[in-house]
Amino acid sequence: MTVQLMQGNEAIGWGAIAAGCRFYAGYPITPSTEVAEILARELPKVGGKFIQMEDEIASMAAIIGARLGGLKSMTATSGPGFSLMQENIGYAAIAEIPCVVVDVQRLGPSTGQPTAPSQGDVMQARWGTHGDHPIIALAPVSVRQAFDLTVVAFDMSERYRTPVILLTDEVIGHMREPVELPDFSKIQIFEHKVTEPPEEYKAFRNTPDGVPPLVPFGQGYRYHVTGLLHDELGFPTQRIDEIDPWLERVNTKLDKHIDQITLLAEDAQDGARVGLLSYGCTARAARHALKVARARGLKVDMLTLYTIWPFPEKQVEAFGERLDKIIVAEMNLGQLAYEVERVVGRKKVVRVTRANGEMVTPQMILDAMEG
Amino acid sequence: MSHEVADRIEIRLAGEGGQGMILAGIILAEAASIYSGKNVVQSQSYGPEARGGASKSEVIISNGEIDHPEVIEADILVALSQEAYRKFHKEVKPDGLLIVDADKVKDADERAIRIPITHLAFETTGRQITANTVALGVLVGLTGIVERQAIEKAVAARAPRGTEEMNRKALEAGFAAAAAVKK
Repeated sequence: MTVQLMQGNEAIGWGAIAAGCRFYAGYPITPSTEVAEILARELPKVGGKFIQMEDEIASMAAIIGARLGGLKSMTATSGPGFSLMQENIGYAAIAEIPCVVVDVQRLGPSTGQPTAPSQGDVMQARWGTHGDHPIIALAPVSVRQAFDLTVVAFDMSERYRTPVILLTDEVIGHMREPVELPDFSKIQIFEHKVTEPPEEYKAFRNTPDGVPPLVPFGQGYRYHVTGLLHDELGFPTQRIDEIDPWLERVNTKLDKHIDQITLLAEDAQDGARVGLLSYGCTARAARHALKVARARGLKVDMLTLYTIWPFPEKQVEAFGERLDKIIVAEMNLGQLAYEVERVVGRKKVVRVTRANGEMVTPQMILDAMEG
Repeated sequence: MSHEVADRIEIRLAGEGGQGMILAGIILAEAASIYSGKNVVQSQSYGPEARGGASKSEVIISNGEIDHPEVIEADILVALSQEAYRKFHKEVKPDGLLIVDADKVKDADERAIRIPITHLAFETTGRQITANTVALGVLVGLTGIVERQAIEKAVAARAPRGTEEMNRKALEAGFAAAAAVKK
């Protein structure tokens, strides 16, 4: 591969191809449309299917069905479409069907401002669908990482049988950076292995790691799929003795693998009392501020989160314990700051927020550091 | 504050939607990255409409890591419309470079370099649409932010088939105009 100047959204498309995604269903929406454009062009070349659906509800349903049919699948959208997908994201979460949902965040609420960036869907990614459920959300900070985290999103969705949200933003989605993509043939994604014969197969049984293997339809392994609470074969149940162990397994399965799921970067400096915490495009503003502050002789730490959900409690707690002040910078009115405050306590947290379609600037973060 | 981070050049190309300023930014970014081996971040913003409205493309060039992906205070502004000039001329460093289309931007700061970019495009190629390529010639000719060869290659690689020669001439016209200013 050679160096190419590539948009974040294009890198997501290539990441999906590299990860073995062979089914895309979606409805175009700014600022995510380039993901669909590239997959409409490239998926047929590798034997994949691209379908433009009538809306985002159907898109989400289609990728769930496609994965049950055996193809790794993805959709991409932005705020308004992400809202429409929520019911079926819950379905994928409790029916434990791997899939990847790309949300290129734009300014909301509602139609908001289609071409303006935002990080306003952080809480929606966690709690947008009703009921308690597991979810993973990953946020890239660069074009290259948009590729890498798309691959990781597919791997995690398979490994843990869960929808994974690639929670990116208009800045990362539309910016161009030079990238050299890796050799796709070297990329390996987790594959489910089933050892029991079809007559003993239970798609929703408990296993030591909490994730029973999934066999696609059409191979003789019979199970039922429903959004109703279900037993180990997938049939609806109202029995508490069946519901309780199922609830316990589904809602703790990610905890069992939390160290593998948690992706972040810490840049520590001896003697620092102040730390920056950020993610997505805003982490780039924070890193700029960090370099300026250090050049001025200040001691500052930084924690960049790539895994947003499950929230990296352990690492954020340790970060809070050794620092006096944590500056949380984000393009919303303090959504991830709620989580940081929950873990480190409100008194230590200073919020740097902006939700008007303009990026948080390094100056805003420097002001908070010096204030 | 952008210059507190060493080795960071911030360029803003602005005009009306349809003048090709976003493509000009992409070509400049390719010249600096693919054809010069530097690090770049290119971004753009535009209104929802396809024509008219203010449109801007930003290119940040560095030999090192680029963190904040947007212009903080431009080193160079190229403005092809009065509105674009009005909107962005205050966000240029005191010692920065302002290049404006002499016919389209009537009301500009004294330090602005005035070149009839769109007129030159029409005169050279018979098509105003090559103004963005002329602008790239002017920009690189005046600043040397990338080698001439790099921008030539980048323009040729992006020119639609059959327009390579036209774009080469447009770029050349930009370089000639820059050379005349420098004298």
